[in-house]
Amino acid sequence: MLEIKDLYASVNGKEILKGINLTIRKGEVHAIMGPNGSGKSTLSAVLVGNPAYEVTKGTVTFEGKDLLALKPEDRSHLGIFLSFQYPVEIPGVSMVNFMRTALNEKLKYEGKEPLSASAFLRLMREKRAIVELDNKLANRAVNEGFSGGEKKRNEIFQMAMLEPKLSILDETDSGLDIDALRIVGEGVTKLKTPETSCIVITHYQRLLDYIKPDIVHVLYNGRIVKTAGPELVMELEKRGYDWIKDEVGE
Amino acid sequence: MQNEPNKYVKELTQEKYKYGFTTDIQTDIIGKGLNEDVIRLISSKKKEPQWLLEFRLEAFRHWQTMKMPTWGHLTIPDIDYQAISYYADPTQKNKGPKSEEEIDPELIKTFNKLGIPLHEQRQLTGMAVDAVMDSVSVKTTFRETLMEKGIIFCPISEAVREHPDLVQKYLGSVVPYRDNFFAALNSAVFSDGSFVYIPKGVRCPMELSTYFRINAAKTGQFERTLIVADDDSYVSYLEGCTAPMRDENQLHAAIVEIYVHDNAEVKYSTVQNWYPGDANGNGGILNLVTKRGLCKGVNSKLSWTQVETGSAITWKYPSCVLAGDNASAEFYSVAVTNNYQQADTGTKMIHIGKNTSSTIVSKGISAGKSQNSYRGLVRVSEHADNARNYSQCDSLLLGSECGAHTFPYMDIHNDTAVVEHEATTSKINEDQLFYCNQRGIPTEQAVGLIVNGYAKEVINKLPMEFAVEAQKLLSVSLEGTVG
Amino acid sequence: MGAKQQYIDLYAENKDLIQQHSSDVMNKHREQAFADFNRMGFPTQKQEEYKYTNVDKLFEPDYGLNLNRIHIPVNPYEVFKCDVPNLSTSLYFVVNDSFYDKALPKAHLPEGVLLGSLRRLSTEYPELIGKYYGKLADTSKDSVTALNTFLAQDGFVLYVPKNVVVEKPIQLVNTLRADVNLMANRRILIILEEGASAHLLICDHAMDDMQFLSTQVVEVFVGENAQLDFYELEETHTKTVRFSNMYVDQARDSKTLFNGMTLQNGKTRNMTRIMLSGQGAEVNLCGMAIADKNEHVDNNTLIDHVASDCTSNELFKYVLDDQAVGAFAGKVLVRPGAQRTVSQETNKNLCATKQARMYAQPMLEIYADDVKCSHGSTVGQLDERALFYMQQRGIPLKEARMLLMFAFVNEVINTISLDALKERLHILVEKRFRGQLNQCDGCAICKR
Repeated sequence: MLEIKDLYASVNGKEILKGINLTIRKGEVHAIMGPNGSGKSTLSAVLVGNPAYEVTKGTVTFEGKDLLALKPEDRSHLGIFLSFQYPVEIPGVSMVNFMRTALNEKLKYEGKEPLSASAFLRLMREKRAIVELDNKLANRAVNEGFSGGEKKRNEIFQMAMLEPKLSILDETDSGLDIDALRIVGEGVTKLKTPETSCIVITHYQRLLDYIKPDIVHVLYNGRIVKTAGPELVMELEKRGYDWIKDEVGE
Repeated sequence: MQNEPNKYVKELTQEKYKYGFTTDIQTDIIGKGLNEDVIRLISSKKKEPQWLLEFRLEAFRHWQTMKMPTWGHLTIPDIDYQAISYYADPTQKNKGPKSEEEIDPELIKTFNKLGIPLHEQRQLTGMAVDAVMDSVSVKTTFRETLMEKGIIFCPISEAVREHPDLVQKYLGSVVPYRDNFFAALNSAVFSDGSFVYIPKGVRCPMELSTYFRINAAKTGQFERTLIVADDDSYVSYLEGCTAPMRDENQLHAAIVEIYVHDNAEVKYSTVQNWYPGDANGNGGILNLVTKRGLCKGVNSKLSWTQVETGSAITWKYPSCVLAGDNASAEFYSVAVTNNYQQADTGTKMIHIGKNTSSTIVSKGISAGKSQNSYRGLVRVSEHADNARNYSQCDSLLLGSECGAHTFPYMDIHNDTAVVEHEATTSKINEDQLFYCNQRGIPTEQAVGLIVNGYAKEVINKLPMEFAVEAQKLLSVSLEGTVG
Repeated sequence: MGAKQQYIDLYAENKDLIQQHSSDVMNKHREQAFADFNRMGFPTQKQEEYKYTNVDKLFEPDYGLNLNRIHIPVNPYEVFKCDVPNLSTSLYFVVNDSFYDKALPKAHLPEGVLLGSLRRLSTEYPELIGKYYGKLADTSKDSVTALNTFLAQDGFVLYVPKNVVVEKPIQLVNTLRADVNLMANRRILIILEEGASAHLLICDHAMDDMQFLSTQVVEVFVGENAQLDFYELEETHTKTVRFSNMYVDQARDSKTLFNGMTLQNGKTRNMTRIMLSGQGAEVNLCGMAIADKNEHVDNNTLIDHVASDCTSNELFKYVLDDQAVGAFAGKVLVRPGAQRTVSQETNKNLCATKQARMYAQPMLEIYADDVKCSHGSTVGQLDERALFYMQQRGIPLKEARMLLMFAFVNEVINTISLDALKERLHILVEKRFRGQLNQCDGCAICKR
């Protein structure tokens, strides 16, 4: 589904990613872990085409298409979804208007008819239940005045609405209390099908208790330095990252 | 809590102006009035070269075609320019003093009383002083120490003789004499002030400062300061001012020009404490000043900090022209007005180069029957891509008969600019006052505390010695505003 | 100063004609206004209040005037269908500068309410109208007001007596209709007595592709406890010039909303002077401008806190594209003794191109100490983070920009208390941003 080859990227002239290689097949869940500043968020930003990041070398293909040549909205239309670490507040733009525009643009891209207002509202209601998102929140402006937990639940709600093929969860567990973590974790699990894949970027085991990874990668200093099965999560939780740094020889 | 309005803010009493004494010294004052002969006389007294006389005369001829500006939120009394003497020299007994032994002991005493000792060994190390009384520089300290690094710090009249190329190159390059009415007047009759040149790559090792003192009656002071910071240099410059208590207004029309080259940085701090006039609005200095810096070089930096407590009228807008790419500028100001004082002060930030940024923080405090205005312009010109400005202008009102006004202008001619302006006006917080009272702090001190806290953002920008002085000054200026 | 003389000559030569087709109440003020204009001439840009608009130049072209009150063969009720859907209003027209009363709708106005032609009503009720006309619009201070006062022959009056509530919104459409370049000078007088209440919507349209210059002087008296919502919407074209000077006096505990929206125009200068002369009065003054091409929108406002315990909120937003010029100068004046004043002023502006220019000047002038006053003004661009967030959700950049611009001006639209009008404006603004305003499907005229 997704193939990253020898990817280098920089922000403000500073090189962050230094040769990433990663292949994700249909149905797989990959966890990407690693200390702060190792390049995890940069990787997710590059995959969705954030203009602040510059790809200096390498290729990324998604279902055979050259992802790096596409505009951010078209990457979204292909089915790539990023749950932002810091969801953006957009005052004055209502969630309903925002989501309807997004969904209809996706349908348009796929050559389908836009949803009627009533069908759309029905869909909103149905999907909202997955993350127990209050109707009041859905009637407010995008993320405006939402608490940290509400913002993250809103991300998963949007994921449910857009039904992506590849979801990237960038530290979706940060800033969540136990209840919110459960809601988000269960929500993502409900949305997971054998057809969809997931990249979970996190520091901790706790979200991975809900979303079981098939493969775990450790990102360090812009490179993937270790790849193993789910057992690596436990080991990292116990021993931290220092031993990996030692292994890498830095 | 008391709901009675202005409970704490009662009738004013005469504030104490501790610098209001006069020095009895034999002073060479030229006759009153202004004409080309007077300008020739000033020029000849200063033994100036022909080009400078020409400069003065051109400025004078232009001034005669101009009218006094009336756009300020000020009521300026009629100034009879023929009733002022344009040159007063308290050092005339011994020409061109070179060491403190040669200076009239009365002058040394005066500056001691002002807290500005002219003996280098008694001075705070790390600060060089140019002491100017009326139209003449009395003494400049630490000149030799500075000269070792190639730094020139001397009276401008001397710089005209000793460094004519530098003066001729930069004089009027930032503030041309055509700029405004008072700039033209100053260019015609300017007396003394400081000249500073920091050579390439030099960080000035000590604070440079000029202390201005008006002493003689019925004279005007027309200071002229020129600071040039060459590539990669740094200097911090301070300016202080006082004057005796006199019943009639005295005119102070100065020009300060600052030229900042590539990667250079200049910090300019002012504590202005000219005589503000008495509690009934009699006398006081008319402070009508043009200050401007040109950030000509790339990455150049200029910072203005001012604490304005004195003068009957203040008309002053220390400005920055951000011409070089990546240039940045700051303006931090506290202006206090009490009794019948009037202030119309602020800044101009003219963004011309790319990626330039500026910050404006202005705190106005009005008491008594005073009027205090902030006036500022932020202009982003067509080619100034990515310009950033943030302005914050707050006013605090102490008393129901004063006024606080805010007149910002934003002229934006570029779509990549981000310009933000915020302003608030309110009276002193009664809850805070009451809280202080409950903790045993009398209201007058409490006001002092709160006002100092309010002005802290600006005071913190001053060099340490000045910051302490400024804090005291704030409290003293507001004495008697509360009961 | 080329423009001044032609208006002096015009009046001197046509004085009798002007008076003959007007009313005594209006004629009474002409000589003084003419003398004032003669003395002042047109303001130059050196004058602070006219800094951003070159008045002389805009008055210079040779416009025709319909001093003889020749009937223009048009029935606006037939050609003009641009009603606000779902908003049932009492609809009236001023064609150029005269009130159209040939085919008035069956009005269901409460008893005692007077509405209609200023010329007619001031003839019928000279004492009542005479008490108010010209009382706020000081001809000695502003030459556009002076000019309007000596040239205007007709206009619109709304008088609501004590404690009368006009439930149904009143819509007045100013239409400019001519086959030659035309100048129109109209007067609007609104009087709400104690406890009265009304909603008024005034729309400016131009029916012909001619050069139009309109001057409008509006005087609004809001009595004790009275409430007024006043909306103005300009949808003209790039060849029109509009000068509107509005003067408002608010008595004790009155409450008003003024919302001026410029959607499409040529050169516009709106001056608003609001005097809060009674204790506890409240004003919400809003405005927005969407301007492109060479459009020019200059809003100059003064909120004058004369009495204590008054509240003012001001919100102005501009979106500027192409070579458009926007200017906003808003002064809040708190007079001595106006204690416990609360005032907030916000001005936000978006510039979309390098050629667009914005001049912002929020001012506070305060002479009382027990006040809470603030203003904020920004010039900037759309939030890039929000744009990217929307793109990630599949919303194309162009659409995302549109949504954000829409959200930006929505804050002003949302102050409107009439839901149907709010909806209508949402549609108009969206069309405006999509460049489709000229193809609106509501009426027959503005759809070229």
